[in-house]
Amino acid sequence: MIPKAFDYCRPKTLPEAISLLQQHGDAAKILSGGESLIPMMKMRLAQPEYLIDINQISGLEYIKEEDGYLKIGALTREADLEASDLIRSKYPLILDTAFSIADPQVRNLATVGGNLAHGDPANDHPATMLALNAEVVATGPNGERSIPIKEFFVSLFTTALQPNEILTEIRIPAPPAKSGGAYFKLERKVGDFATVGVAAQVAVDAKGVCQQAGIGLTNAGGTPIKAEKAEEFLRGKPLDDGNISQAASLAADDAHPSSDLRGPAEYKISMVRELTKRALTKAVNRASQER
Amino acid sequence: MQRKDRLSAPCSTASEETGSSRRHFISQLAALSAGLSVVTPISRGLSETTPPARGPDQAPEEGTLVDIALQVNGTTRKLRVDPRVTLLDALRERLDLPGTKKGCDQGACGACTVLLDGNRVVSCLILAVMAQGKEITTIEGLAKGDQLHPVQAAFVTCDGFQCGYCTPGQIMSAVGCIREGHAKSEAQIREFMSGNICRCGAYPNIVDAIKLAVAEGKEAI
Repeated sequence: MIPKAFDYCRPKTLPEAISLLQQHGDAAKILSGGESLIPMMKMRLAQPEYLIDINQISGLEYIKEEDGYLKIGALTREADLEASDLIRSKYPLILDTAFSIADPQVRNLATVGGNLAHGDPANDHPATMLALNAEVVATGPNGERSIPIKEFFVSLFTTALQPNEILTEIRIPAPPAKSGGAYFKLERKVGDFATVGVAAQVAVDAKGVCQQAGIGLTNAGGTPIKAEKAEEFLRGKPLDDGNISQAASLAADDAHPSSDLRGPAEYKISMVRELTKRALTKAVNRASQER
Repeated sequence: MQRKDRLSAPCSTASEETGSSRRHFISQLAALSAGLSVVTPISRGLSETTPPARGPDQAPEEGTLVDIALQVNGTTRKLRVDPRVTLLDALRERLDLPGTKKGCDQGACGACTVLLDGNRVVSCLILAVMAQGKEITTIEGLAKGDQLHPVQAAFVTCDGFQCGYCTPGQIMSAVGCIREGHAKSEAQIREFMSGNICRCGAYPNIVDAIKLAVAEGKEAI
């Protein structure tokens, strides 16, 4: 398994990397952790002529709260999310998600930015970022622009990033008090891609009424899916079992997976319904434990 | 040397002339051989001449060779590699370090686990060129002379293997697992060793070995 030949580029700064992208356009691919791209290249499913390794660019690995956002640098490794006190204490949904990805060796290299920019509906962060209403910062020749995550996933392996842009940051609006989230992923075996996965994030008031709800679906269609009908249904309602069940059915309506080795479409839709129930229930429990 | 300049430039580019039929032959050889070892001496010879010319719209027939230096087990090793060469193949085929094993070659089995700046990674999913400037530790770099590393010793004591093929990867992963602080309970060890598959099913003994290593020699790990 040897990739098709490519030229290897190792820029030290972001402007240098962007200028290489301008020069080579679609023939170039950005290499961050490489944990998805390198296997795809080995199987020759991806055949970039230029590989632009951005790992030498400093200042893209951070996790911080600033200006009302949680900001995650694109080169932040999954293992860094797992080890972060900030993530562990305030963002259980992101912790669940990072922990569910592949295995510890892969998580030591794999990056959050790569997980999103790859545009694979089977990746786990897309659903989570959809549930959290994140924004993606793209940096190109004309500077930065912010892309709402809802508009980021265009089609299979295609995102809203232009050929001359690099994903540099993920911004998540700081959750209000009494917020909680959870990620549930059905795997055939540990480390596998999701058969389906569901990310849920809720904010409740003192009486347990839903103020905000976000639900994202992994591997339930050609792109990651935001289950908006279910989100709208929950807003302003008490998060009891009946409403959670109803929302889970609405989320399942938004899923349109295809049948494959991981199971028939009908099974996957049922699993979306069940995992949505579980994720919402756990999210509500976590939200009510918050001060 | 001209070759070295290419490394300091942000992108390696090919701009000179060479016989294309010879290059075509070499790329066919690369396709036929299981590894890149067959190509190695010829590529070395070729590098004495020049890389191929190609227009702006042509894809390279093979990656432009690059000169790299890798820090492996405390020693600097210089190599001229095709950028497609994984760290795993560089270690096994070029640096005479076959202790790191090739299992699935796609990041699913853990047999090729090494430490990169102290963190465990699968060497089949990292290109050798990406590992420049990192401290690489392989199974060969673990023991101090004849004195086994505590995790190696524990694997021997607990019989943490049967056929032994996955063992170097299991041991390197176990060292990472213990250093991360993810070996506090049996359940945690099983979870955080999930990236290493053992087809013989020596898992119970592997878990015992890690528990023993933690109990006996954590500070040395």
